Amino acid sequence: MDLSSINPILLLASLMVAATPILLAAIGELIVERAGVLNLGVEGMMITGAVCGFVVAVSTGSPWLGFIGAAVGGAFLALLFGILTQYLLSNQVATGLALTLFGLGLSALIGQGYIGIKAPSFPDWHIPLLGDIPIIGPIVFQHDPMVYVGLILVAATWWFLHKTQGGLVLRAVGENHDAAHALGYKVTRIRILAIMFGGACAGLGGAYLSLVRVPQWTEGMTAGAGWIALAIVVFAGWKPWRLLLGAYLFGGMTVLQLNLQAAGLAIPVEYLSMSPYIATIVVLVIMSAGRAPRSLGRIFHASR
Amino acid sequence: MTLLSLQGLTKAYPGVVANDNVSFEIGRGEIHALLGENGAGKSTLVKTIYGLVNPDAGSMLLEGAAFAPPEPRAARKAGVAMVFQHFSLFDALNVAENIALGMENPPPLQDVAEQVREVSDQYGLPLDPSRVVGDLSAGERQRVEIIRCLLQDPKLLIMDEPTSVLTPQEVTILFETLRKLASEGTSILYISHKLEEIRALCDHATVLRMGHVVGECDPSQTSAREMAELMVGAVLQVPEKPDKPAGNVALTLTGLSAPAPHEFGTALRDISLTVRRGEVLGVGGVAGNGQDELVAALSGEMRVSSGMVRMGDDDIGHMPPNARRALGLCAAPEERNGHAAAPDMTLIENALLTGNVRKELSSRGFLKWDRARDFAAEIIEKFDVRTPSAGSTARSLSGGNLQKFVIGREILQDPDVLIINQPTWGVDASAAASIRQAILDLAVAGAAVILISQDLDELMEIADQFSALNEGRMSDPRPAKGLTIDEIGLMLGGSHDMEVSHVDA
Repeated sequence: MDLSSINPILLLASLMVAATPILLAAIGELIVERAGVLNLGVEGMMITGAVCGFVVAVSTGSPWLGFIGAAVGGAFLALLFGILTQYLLSNQVATGLALTLFGLGLSALIGQGYIGIKAPSFPDWHIPLLGDIPIIGPIVFQHDPMVYVGLILVAATWWFLHKTQGGLVLRAVGENHDAAHALGYKVTRIRILAIMFGGACAGLGGAYLSLVRVPQWTEGMTAGAGWIALAIVVFAGWKPWRLLLGAYLFGGMTVLQLNLQAAGLAIPVEYLSMSPYIATIVVLVIMSAGRAPRSLGRIFHASR
Repeated sequence: MTLLSLQGLTKAYPGVVANDNVSFEIGRGEIHALLGENGAGKSTLVKTIYGLVNPDAGSMLLEGAAFAPPEPRAARKAGVAMVFQHFSLFDALNVAENIALGMENPPPLQDVAEQVREVSDQYGLPLDPSRVVGDLSAGERQRVEIIRCLLQDPKLLIMDEPTSVLTPQEVTILFETLRKLASEGTSILYISHKLEEIRALCDHATVLRMGHVVGECDPSQTSAREMAELMVGAVLQVPEKPDKPAGNVALTLTGLSAPAPHEFGTALRDISLTVRRGEVLGVGGVAGNGQDELVAALSGEMRVSSGMVRMGDDDIGHMPPNARRALGLCAAPEERNGHAAAPDMTLIENALLTGNVRKELSSRGFLKWDRARDFAAEIIEKFDVRTPSAGSTARSLSGGNLQKFVIGREILQDPDVLIINQPTWGVDASAAASIRQAILDLAVAGAAVILISQDLDELMEIADQFSALNEGRMSDPRPAKGLTIDEIGLMLGGSHDMEVSHVDA
């Protein structure tokens, strides 16, 4: 075993990249759940975003358009979930699970002609001045733009939830939808918008996998990232900054165990592969103090 | 001068006409009472005024102009504000955030907090804008609602059953606030079952029955009994309480103490008392002072150390609910849907859930459905539960009817000791009277009853002994006869919130 082959700077730098897909999907789901909706279809929306993004990026040659396509694809699938659960009042758990299965199948269908193609390159930014700082520069300031989009989304989500009227209304809807309705807020419309935002974010997360991380299309390539995103939302207590911590912890452990595998650590690979999931859940459970939005997963029906 | 005039409002739902050609007027600066039983159409009517319901026919005039709010936002803009019966608050948010949610174009939260402080000083409603609403008492929560309304500077304030959760002192504060508002020209539409309050507060009353206006009166010139009979449309029976000597001791609590069962619970502290057969012990106190915990400790939902709870000579503190039921102790908790009854199960199934032990509704693990069906039918018949059939779900019943079912289910098990929490909460006058009568009949038949209630009139009406819960401690029981409201207030820990809450006239 040769631990010296692990470059700590490279390790920390790839942590941010590894965490980004989960972070994007999780921040979207956080908004959805704060609005009182439990969408278990994150995995399905991610993989749909991954294939939509890939198809758009390959056919236009622009990764940026690819990400937009991914967001639209994810939001579209989420809208389907929204119509089923909000207007037709179907069970959210069952519909979410179905959405995951549907998304996996749909993406395989769409992506049939795209297996083995390479995605157009999405160059890293080298942020002037900040990127030149020794050690910190390569770790934090030399990534592709989507890494920063993820960070900005976390900050924007926190700011939206706690500093704006819209965020207050969204939290109110998730906390007590009957009271919000009595005050005259459009519970269903707010939830549909939140669900679509969640779908768009999940789509971005998926496209980050197919356009940046891998970068090519393979069936089922999200490999459970959507489920981890869901878990992180819960264990982060529905708080954006904790969610960032959870995602980075997971990303860090993933990168570390890959490095340890490469370095030939004398632990069976299976244990190493397990470690990110276990570590993330243990840490977040220990610090977990969050309370679920009171109306989470409950069906809202504006009765008389 | 007329502020709001309702002309021929009609609203029908499938199977019921909630409002049928309702017309009346509310004057400026008038405190107008809206009276009626459950299901008389009061809620539909106020929801129409507040824009939550669109009428099928009829019209409204606000200050002479046509008024037909399509949604609450429009009603609020026109100057109509409403304090809801079931608080429309968000537990996880703080006071200022809750208030901002009820405002059109709210300013930044700091400014909201500032306005809250101002209004709460002006009207003698003490409230800290930064506190989380989940931690507030019922009275404080109501203040949040009222201040939310007052900040909109309303022309008409609608109050739906505002006093049902308040202590007498809090009611006094509320009434002073309302009178001050009325004197400043705000009209108030006041909905209540409590006729004495309406007599003390209101200038005018409109009585609804089955969706029709059946009468109007000046409450200060009309007796409570006359108004009640107008509401019910029949002569009202007042529960009768025959004098009878109390029997042997049925239940003994010795130094009953228990830690709070959850974060927002109350610990029980050193409660000692005895209840005799044939006696009704009334337990007053503001909600959240240990009522739920006391019921849990007595019913067996919460086990306590041995020796603390005795039934006759049996030590039952460690027993689970069914073992206590077998010995003859039944309980009806406060929350009807979800605690006393399983909302999505039928009345037959609900009858079976607690009646199984004493009514022998199963044998060797197999249910005897025909006996359960008979038991449910018996409850429905004897307690006048209005339901299409015993196969209806508990959720589909109105609150009052489900309450009658829950109480009837326990009483018909013929218990030796009955624990009831809030038996008439949200139940209309005639149903409440019949529930109280049933409790009295059970006591006369020789059972010991512990009646926990927020309704002091109810306690005074049927309790033999009165005791108060305050922060998990229980005062020594005193004979209910002859207690004055002031004495009761003191027993309840009446100085609660009083230091800062007087209105500076």
